[in-house]
Amino acid sequence: MTAVTGPRAQDARYWLASHRGPILAAALFLAMFAVFVTEHPAGLSGNVVNTAANKGALLALVAVAQTIPVLTAGLDLSVGSVFVMTNCLASTVVTGTPREVGLGVALVVVVGVACGALNGLVVVVGRLQPIIATLATGAMYQGIALWLRPAPGGEIDEDFADFVTGSLGDVIPFSIVVLIAAVVVIWVPYRRSVLGRAAYAIGSSEQAAYMSGVPIARAKFLAYVLAGLFAALAGLLLTCVTYSGEANALLGGSYTLSSIAAVVVGGTSLYGGSGGAIGTIFGAFVLRTIGDLLFVFDIDPLSQPLFLGVVLLISVSLGSFRLLRVKKRLDLYR
Amino acid sequence: MTPLLRMEGISKHYGGVRALEGARLACARGRIHAVLGENGAGKSTLIKVLAGVVQPDAGTIELAGEPIALPDPAAASRAGIVSVFQELSLLPDLSVADNIGIVDPPRMWHRTWGPIDRRAQRRRAEAALARVGAGDIHPLAQVRDLPLSRRQMVEIAKALARDPKLLLLDEATSALTAADVASVFRVLRQLRDDGLAIVFISHRMQEIAELADDCSVYRNGCHVASFPAGSKTSGEIIEMMIGREHESVFPPRPGRASSERPALAVKNLSWAGRLRNIDLEIRPGEVVGLGGLDGQGQRDLLLALFGALTGVTGSVAVHGVPVTLSSPQRTRLPGGGIALIPEDRKTEGLMLPMSVRENLSFAAIDQFSRFGWIDRRAEEAAIASMIRLLGIRADGIDGPVAALSGGNQQKVVIGKWLMTRPQIILLNDPTRGIDVGTKQELYRLLRELADGRAALLFYSTDYDELIGCCDRVLILYDGAIVNVLEGDALTEHNIVASAHNLTAAGAAGAPP
Repeated sequence: MTAVTGPRAQDARYWLASHRGPILAAALFLAMFAVFVTEHPAGLSGNVVNTAANKGALLALVAVAQTIPVLTAGLDLSVGSVFVMTNCLASTVVTGTPREVGLGVALVVVVGVACGALNGLVVVVGRLQPIIATLATGAMYQGIALWLRPAPGGEIDEDFADFVTGSLGDVIPFSIVVLIAAVVVIWVPYRRSVLGRAAYAIGSSEQAAYMSGVPIARAKFLAYVLAGLFAALAGLLLTCVTYSGEANALLGGSYTLSSIAAVVVGGTSLYGGSGGAIGTIFGAFVLRTIGDLLFVFDIDPLSQPLFLGVVLLISVSLGSFRLLRVKKRLDLYR
Repeated sequence: MTPLLRMEGISKHYGGVRALEGARLACARGRIHAVLGENGAGKSTLIKVLAGVVQPDAGTIELAGEPIALPDPAAASRAGIVSVFQELSLLPDLSVADNIGIVDPPRMWHRTWGPIDRRAQRRRAEAALARVGAGDIHPLAQVRDLPLSRRQMVEIAKALARDPKLLLLDEATSALTAADVASVFRVLRQLRDDGLAIVFISHRMQEIAELADDCSVYRNGCHVASFPAGSKTSGEIIEMMIGREHESVFPPRPGRASSERPALAVKNLSWAGRLRNIDLEIRPGEVVGLGGLDGQGQRDLLLALFGALTGVTGSVAVHGVPVTLSSPQRTRLPGGGIALIPEDRKTEGLMLPMSVRENLSFAAIDQFSRFGWIDRRAEEAAIASMIRLLGIRADGIDGPVAALSGGNQQKVVIGKWLMTRPQIILLNDPTRGIDVGTKQELYRLLRELADGRAALLFYSTDYDELIGCCDRVLILYDGAIVNVLEGDALTEHNIVASAHNLTAAGAAGAPP
C-alpha cells in the first residue's frame, strides 16, 4: 500500500490510473495543436480552427464507431464502408423542403443503424469472427454505395450543410458541437448503462462475464448497432463538407484503418475491456493534427505517411509497458 | 421441513468420461453443507450444474420444492443461486465497484431503464467489502492490479452483494490468508444463522471440521454418503473418499541404488509466494511423483524448472552443474535437456491445425536443420522412429493433429519432446482425459525412459498412478513439500492424508 493522503486524493489517484489513456491523448493533442496555431501564418483564427475541427470531427465520429466493437474485443472493418455508403445516400435524400431534409437525415441514420444491426446479427447469431464478418458486410455496403451513386455527384441542402460545417458566432465550430452532443447524448448514457458496461465486461474476459450472468449477446449486438449509428453521423457530416456524395472505396478503407489507429492512440486496448470514446476523439484529432503540423512546417507531403506511422508506433509501444511486469512468461501470450 | 435444494439422479458425461452418475445432494436453509471427494470425484461438476454453467444429461433439481431449470448462469442468479468459483469470475479491467455491481447495479430514476447510479453502486460495494472484512480494498481500484488473495475477497463480496438464497463456494478460500479465512468464516456463519443455505467445497479438512454442519462424500461421480459433521473421524472420511479396489496396470519397478549423482538437484526454490523453499533431487533412472491436491504449486514447479517463470529464486543443478533456467528455448538445448510434457495439450502442447510431422519436429528442429533449412530426409527418419516407439496411430504424418484421438494426440506431445533426447523429463498430468489402454502404454513408456537413464518428474492428479509409477512421491501443499512418501509408506491413504496436510492421520516418512 502507498501512503494514504486522505480519501479524496486516493480517489483521484484511482481515477487518474483508469483514465490514463484519454488524458495522455488529450495532452498530446493540446500540445500539438498549440504548436500548430502558433506556427500557422494566420494564427488562431476562426477559419483555421473551423477547418481543423471539420476534418477532425469526421475521423473522430468514424473512430468512435470503431471504439465500441473494439471494447468488446471485436473489430468493425465496415465502418469506413458505412461512412461512404451513408454519404452517397445523404447526397440523394437530404434535400428539398425542411421537412424532407429532416426526414432524409432520419433515413440516413436509420440506414446506418440497420447496417450495424446486420453486423451485430452476423457476429452474435452467426458466431463469425468480427474481423471477417465485417470485412464481408463492408464489401456489401461498398457495393450498395456504388449502386446508389455510380458516379460522384448529388447534392445536399446548402443551408443545412453550411450550418453544420459553420461556426457558432464564428468562434465554436458546429461540427465540434455535433461531436460533443453525440458524446453527451449517446456515449455517456451508453457508458453508464448495463449493456455499455457489459461491453467492457465482455472485452475484459468473456468467460468471466458469462459466469457473472452478463447479457453477452445483447451487449455485442448493441455495440455493432452503435458503430453503424456513429458511422452514419460521420457520413452525414462528410456530405455537408463536400456538398456531394462519392462511392470512394479508397476513402472508406483509409477511414477504417485510421479509425483503428485513432482508437489505439486514444488509449483503448485492442484486446478490449478498457478505453472509451473520449480518448478516441482525442486520438483522432492527434492523427489529423500530425498532418496539419507537417503542413505548417512545410514538410514534403510525400513523407507524411512515414511520420504518421512513426507516431502511431510510439503510441502503441506505450501500451506494452505492462509486459515488463509479467511474472509467468506464458502470460505474455494471453 | 423440505430442504431448500434437492438434486436427484444428476448425470453428466464428457465423451466417454463419466463426470457424474446419478449424483444427489440435498441441503437445508440455515446449514453449511460440505461436499467432499478426491480430485475428479465430480464435486466441481456438481457445483457447476447448480450454477448453470454445466448442463446435466439427466436428473432433476428442485429449489424450495419447485423443479427448476438452470440453462445459464444468469438463470441461476435469478433463482437466488450465487456461486464463488475456484477460477475467478472477475472482470480484470473493471473496477472493484463495477465488478461487485455487475449483474444488477443500482439505477437512477428508473429501476430497469435508468443509468447506473455510480455513487449508490460504490456505497454498496463498500458495504459488501466491509461485510467480508476487506475494507482495505478501494472500490475504484482495478481488479487487474489486486493480488490474488484480495481478488478472492472481492469475489466473495460480489457474491454476497447479490443477496443469495443459496451460496456455492468452490475452493473459495484456497488463495486466502489465514486472517481472511477467519473473517470470511465469520460472515458465512452469520449468513447461515440468517437462514441461508451454503454449499462449499474445500480440500482443507480443518476448514471442514470448523465450518460444516453436514457433509456429503462423492467418489467417481457418484454420491457415497451424507452425514452430519462430527459423526465420522477424518480417517473414516478419507476411506470413503478412496474406497475402491484397483487392478495392477503398472509395469514393475526395479529397485535402485541411490548413491549416484542426481540428474536434477533443486535447492530452496521459491517463486512469487506460490512456491516455497522446494528441495528435491532426481537421479538418472528415477521416476519421482508430485502429488497433492490440485493447484498446490505442482504446475508452477514444473514451469519453474522448465524456465517459463520469471523471478524464481534458489539454485538448480543439472548433473552437478549449476544452471539458470531462463526460457523454454534454452532449457531444451541438448546440453540442458529438459522437456516438459504440458497438461493442456490443446493450447500448450500442440498446434492442432498443423500436421503430425510439424508438431513432432518443432521442439527438435535444430537437430535436422542447417542454416535454417530443414533436412526433410533426416526429419522423416526421426519421425518414423518416434512413431514406432510410441505406437502413434495416424493415417500419415501430414494429416492434422486435430484429427487424432486424445490418446494419440498426447503421444504426439510426448514424442515431440522425446525427439530432443532429454535427460530430464517433466510431466504435467499426462494421462488426464485419455483411455485406459493408452494410459498403460504411457506407463510402460515412462518406465522405459527411466531405464534409458532419464530422470522423470511426474505430476499426476490420479493417486493410483503415483503409487504405481513412481519410486518416490513428493506431496505439495500450499507451495511447499509437506511430505515424501516411498516404499511401503506410498499408499493412497497416506497420499490423501498428506495432501490434506493431516500429518496426524498416520502418514509415514518425514519431510525432507
